[in-house]
Amino acid sequence: MSENSKRTIDFMGFRRIAAALSIILVLGAAVSLGTNGLALGLDFTGGSLVELEYAEAPALPEVRNQLESAGYENAMVQNFGSDTAVLVRLPAEFDDSVGDQVVSALSENAELTLERSEYVGGQVGEELREQGGIALLLAFFVVLIYIAMRFQLKFGFASVVPLVHDVLIVLGVFSVFRLTFDLTVLAALLAVIGYSLNDTIIVSDRIRENFRRILKGGPEEIINTSLNQVLLRTIVTSATTLVVLLSLLVFGGEMIRNFALALFIGVLVGTYSSIYVAANMLVALNVNRDDLYVPKKEGAEGSQPEEEEPPDWLKRME
Amino acid sequence: MLNKYPLWKNLLVSAVVLLGIIYALPNLFPDDYAVQISGSSASVSVDEALLDEAREALDEADIEYRDPSLGDGTAMLRFDASDAQLRARSELQEALGSEYVAALSLAATTPDWLRSIGATPMNLGLDLRGGVHFLMQVDMEAAVDRRLDVYASEIKRQLREERIRYRGGDAEEGQLEFVFPSESARDDAASLVNSEYDQFRSNTRSDGEDYILELTLNQQSASEIRDYALNQNLTTLRNRVNELGVAEPLIQQQGSDRIVVQLPGVQDTAEAKRVLGSTANLEFRLEARSDASSARTETFPFRNNPDRTAELERDVIITGDNVADANQSFDENGQPQVNITLDGPGGSMMQDVTRDAVGRQLGVLFIEHSSEEVERQVDGETVTERVRETERSIISLATIRSTLGSNFRVTGLENVAEASELALLLRAGALAAPIYFVEERTIGPSLGQQNIDSGINSVILGFILVALTMLVIYKAFGLLANVALMVNLTLLVGAMSVLGATLTLPGIAGIVLTVGMAVDANVLIFERIKEELREGLPVQSAINAGFSRAFVSIFDANVTTFLVAGILFAVGTGPVKGFAVTLLIGILTSMFTALMVSRAIVNVSIGGRSDLKALSI
Repeated sequence: MSENSKRTIDFMGFRRIAAALSIILVLGAAVSLGTNGLALGLDFTGGSLVELEYAEAPALPEVRNQLESAGYENAMVQNFGSDTAVLVRLPAEFDDSVGDQVVSALSENAELTLERSEYVGGQVGEELREQGGIALLLAFFVVLIYIAMRFQLKFGFASVVPLVHDVLIVLGVFSVFRLTFDLTVLAALLAVIGYSLNDTIIVSDRIRENFRRILKGGPEEIINTSLNQVLLRTIVTSATTLVVLLSLLVFGGEMIRNFALALFIGVLVGTYSSIYVAANMLVALNVNRDDLYVPKKEGAEGSQPEEEEPPDWLKRME
Repeated sequence: MLNKYPLWKNLLVSAVVLLGIIYALPNLFPDDYAVQISGSSASVSVDEALLDEAREALDEADIEYRDPSLGDGTAMLRFDASDAQLRARSELQEALGSEYVAALSLAATTPDWLRSIGATPMNLGLDLRGGVHFLMQVDMEAAVDRRLDVYASEIKRQLREERIRYRGGDAEEGQLEFVFPSESARDDAASLVNSEYDQFRSNTRSDGEDYILELTLNQQSASEIRDYALNQNLTTLRNRVNELGVAEPLIQQQGSDRIVVQLPGVQDTAEAKRVLGSTANLEFRLEARSDASSARTETFPFRNNPDRTAELERDVIITGDNVADANQSFDENGQPQVNITLDGPGGSMMQDVTRDAVGRQLGVLFIEHSSEEVERQVDGETVTERVRETERSIISLATIRSTLGSNFRVTGLENVAEASELALLLRAGALAAPIYFVEERTIGPSLGQQNIDSGINSVILGFILVALTMLVIYKAFGLLANVALMVNLTLLVGAMSVLGATLTLPGIAGIVLTVGMAVDANVLIFERIKEELREGLPVQSAINAGFSRAFVSIFDANVTTFLVAGILFAVGTGPVKGFAVTLLIGILTSMFTALMVSRAIVNVSIGGRSDLKALSI
């Protein structure tokens, strides 16, 4: 089992630079989240939202004035996808019939149709916020447990830290650009966790295998070899996923734009983090052969490197 | 070595793929826009004559329709576009009158042989077909209080019968508090209550001269009341939705005290909300005799003239809950009225009471519960509280000329609309507890169609892009991956159709994401095969090693994604759940196709060739 002559990239040579970059990004995201906060969507804040389709493009300030004179202060008015589509958002203090009232107030001197109206009560918003947080934490926890069981605790941490890293960076982007964070974006975030994990596990899996198969070389060298071996796979998978996300971003329509965007950023960052953050963590945690040493069965001879085998019932599936 | 699957594996793979294709097929037959006509009560018949009438009305309004049909007590007419359907509904409702309900509906066009094996298209979510989604909170506190009121009046009656003097006894903050002048009176009362009711936890205390008995509902009966309120409300809402004429509505419990109602196609949310959320009910009481003690009477204003009041007895003869049927008509002066038919117990109750009351006046009370959220400052924090109010007003007070039976009429309503709405509410039954709307989402039909279009476009475009990428990188094996991807999509759609899962916009996004990620397993396998080839393994052994070595990675990666998707499903509601469902099913189908379907194809095509020296990979 020798290294072939294929050109290898010294991923771990850049590991300090990558670590610095990651830390800067995560810190930046945290600072922005702390100062800027998130532009939480209706789902989480409660309130009303009305999407209108005008026959002719209206002047937004005028729409705002009209609403104000109808008694709706603090209305947020913006275009939604095209200049004839207008989105009106009102804070939670109004009741659930506000959508109809807005339509009748605005349709006095313009031709328009109601495309969509939403009302979320303040209490529901609070609950959704809570549930969202719980879902994220639960996801991290379950992943940690599963990886620790299937691999080893160090791998577990090396899997969860990149996830936190990815989630924070996506949140940071949404915070910096004041993009609306709603339920669908939360779903995207959880999908990012799933995806990034997928990547991380493939890398960890190869690292584990190589620790057992390649007996010479330090951890850094072995990790580097592993990263090179799975590099093409990582690139192809990320490329295909990014390509479909791009198509979703462009053609998926306004309602899932932020969803697609969150996934796009997440997959991008997730790919990077599975190479740099996960592998970096393993080096930093000082992973070594002993961690992956499979305890000898009683009576078994020698140090024959064992391969991780799936359970019997699984092998039958192949 | 050669790569060969045993026969049973090949058969299994073929069978699953075949089933997937069959059950995905119905989705190629999109539903027709339709209007469904049914009678508003069981006595109204839907027949050829009605269908002719409907045809005539549509011809007159110049609306094109197809395939009018009769079946199962309903008539169905199909339309080519949703605006024709919408116009047709209002024309038909107008032409046929209130005896019939014309409802928007979607008519399946799936061929019979497919339907006979249970193959139906996926359900479309509201964001794809337009409609309104409500989330309602059931006011459980009010439900408990109302039941306590009933208990309170029973207990008071018993105390009076036993000649035990008491004060108080009103429901307050979930408990009843009776005050007695002596300890022995209190103990008598306590033993009376304890022997008659097992719903209460009783507590006694004294305050100076007062001996107090506190009754609190125990855990079990409180939760029984809550369950009852929720179930009763579900039933009532179902009836009301049926009365509104909405086809394929969804009415479902969410959590312990919420109800989701989804009404596809409905655009007039104001009407829907008024009818669904209405707590209107009726009470029938006799007018008080002039010599009755004030403890037995109550004063109410008239509905159309709040300055005028009348005194009625506290005892309620019957409520709207005893109404079996109700419909709106006009009296001899052309004023709107509601004809009411009582159910058995209600009828005999009415008979018993009115027999001895000929010449006295019978009052009909209109009851409405309302509530609003009020913000209050408590310890510097803003707390929102719900303040409830019950309004009772007299809508009619008329002299009883002879004993009343099960049929009579109620007049004194303001207009026809109010009368017919009251009739509807009486038919559908009252809510056991007030509800209020905590979430509402309306999607216009054009936006729905737009969402479908953009969703399908992005799936197709995504698929083409992925397919091209795979072909360029992996050549012949890329083709294999694309076939696997196609099978994967088919299985995914088939599985969702069979499971009756609802397709939403985020669901489509989930499918798109699955397309992107599904090739991952194939990529892993192919890269592994390439590696094994570089290591110098013979072709067939390299294929075998590639598949089995990649397996562990694929399995671990998918299990974790599956776990995360499972969390999404468990915690999420609405759009998040829709996304989670497609992701969950997508993971299963993509593992199956990558590991078994593509392996089967490889085995069958090149697995038996021992002369193979190189792979197009």
